[in-house]
Amino acid sequence: MEVSYFPGCTLKQTARNFEISAISSCKLLGLDLTELSRWNCCGTVYSLSTDDSMHHLAPIRNLIRVQEDGFKEVVTLCSMCYNTLKQANELMKKEPDRLKKMNDFMYREEDYIPDVEVYHLVTYIKERLGYEKVRELVKQPLTGLKVAVYYGCLLLRPDSIKLDDRENPMIMEDLLTALGAEIIDYPFSNECCGSYHTLGQKEIVLNRTNKLITEARRDGADVLVLSCPECDFNLDHRQKDTLEKYPNFQTMPVLYFTQLLNIALGGNLEDCGFELNYIDPLPVLREKGIIK
Amino acid sequence: MSAELKQSGDKPNLPPDTKMIEVFIMGKRYKVPATLTIQKAIEWAGFQFLRGCGCRGGICGACPTIYRTKDDYKLKIGLACQTVVEDGMYLVQLPFVPAQKSEYHIEDERPTIAAIEKHYPETFRCVQCNTCTKACPMDIEVMQYIAEIIKGDYKKAAELSSSCIMCGMCAARCPAELQQFNVAMFVRRMYGRHVLPKAEHLQKRVKEINENKYIPFLDELGEISHDELVERYKSREWQPEPYEDPNWQPKETKYL
Ligand code: SF4
Ligand code: SF4
Ligand code: FES
Repeated sequence: MEVSYFPGCTLKQTARNFEISAISSCKLLGLDLTELSRWNCCGTVYSLSTDDSMHHLAPIRNLIRVQEDGFKEVVTLCSMCYNTLKQANELMKKEPDRLKKMNDFMYREEDYIPDVEVYHLVTYIKERLGYEKVRELVKQPLTGLKVAVYYGCLLLRPDSIKLDDRENPMIMEDLLTALGAEIIDYPFSNECCGSYHTLGQKEIVLNRTNKLITEARRDGADVLVLSCPECDFNLDHRQKDTLEKYPNFQTMPVLYFTQLLNIALGGNLEDCGFELNYIDPLPVLREKGIIK
Repeated sequence: MSAELKQSGDKPNLPPDTKMIEVFIMGKRYKVPATLTIQKAIEWAGFQFLRGCGCRGGICGACPTIYRTKDDYKLKIGLACQTVVEDGMYLVQLPFVPAQKSEYHIEDERPTIAAIEKHYPETFRCVQCNTCTKACPMDIEVMQYIAEIIKGDYKKAAELSSSCIMCGMCAARCPAELQQFNVAMFVRRMYGRHVLPKAEHLQKRVKEINENKYIPFLDELGEISHDELVERYKSREWQPEPYEDPNWQPKETKYL
């Protein structure tokens, strides 16, 4: 089944492992992720000022591209893209006057008719295939792998776009359970990773990473699983600086959920792009007998 | 009206039934022949170009002109040498747009996102409003090449921007104050230097030239009569367009 797919800029750069593992695992699920023929940055951050339409142009223009390509649904992977596209779309559905103004401004484009739906891949898999079907397709169960699921902020807030219950989300846990992994109780799954502070005030992020990874370890996790390139940068790649700052810190592999999905469905290891993960997940996956 | 005009300089000798129209150059009304380009109309009106005019052929980017036409609120932009005047047109030329040009050594840089962040960090301020595309007199998808730069796709950005004539109109109109034409030039240089394969045939040809392979041929041309030169020029061989056959060769191969 062809599914219109919005990658976002980061998935073409530092998070290529997220994209290739998603494309590969979706193929194994029978979903053909079809990249939009034209697209631009999602807008990165959803603008909260009520009188600002300018910053909604980027997400809405992408939804026009979905229309142009003849789709009614678009799937995305990055939490930030998901959040921005979905919120801007909800705004257009709610405020026809603003939509009209924006359509007038974008007179070179076809009008946006706000009936495109924005999906995060995990919701799409759940709603379109169902986790039972996923379970049937598993070739290499993740037996024995203890996983802490981390959502961060953008998949759960605000209410209008949340993937699941804000305080007790289970949607990713359920998927990983279907893959055979053992989910550990991880109370920090919806805490902030420090986000953009990673640029200006790195110390804040190191503090967060130390706390979030150390807690996951204490709760018994082998790996942390997430769906956001920004969280991934902070929680995986920043482990280097975290270790320098906190000498007792113990590192832990951090993976995109699609990387585990790809392994469980019997996809190629190369399509996981593990060389882009800072803490190498291969040793623990080997130790558990999940990969050779 | 045309009969009263004194002919001077390059002013064309107009037939008596020439249609004249009104244009407003920097706010002042002028009557000009309806068939002129903006560039010629400005000269017709008595201005002399010191800047804002170069090739007169739509290539150099010196003559971008901002205008509005009668009963249309839309701000339009065209090259003065390529755009024909319209009745009731308001226009002004903008021969130069201030923009910073980053200095770097081409061998020290690589086609990465980090290089854009270093040399043209404002690029990431783009809000995808598409105002730049609307402004571009070359009909380049400016917003899209900026989008490709932000994704780090140097190839697409280089290809999309390749016909940019550096007129600066995109940068003049951009609400996020990008310097599109300069960042695009940076991208094309990086792409040409570090991504595209080296043109081996060019290196071979330069070597042959340096080894004086072509001197005897040129000497020969210098000796022949005018008529023969004309004849040879007329009968010279061309590869038929659209240049699809990579193995095409002319009948006479001694110059290859
Ligand atoms: S005018 Fe500026 S902000 Fe608007 S799309 Fe072009 S580069 Fe982006
Ligand atoms: S891209 Fe900008 S500088 Fe280049 S031709 Fe178009 S408007 Fe002019
Ligand atoms: S004079 Fe060169 S483009 Fe018009």
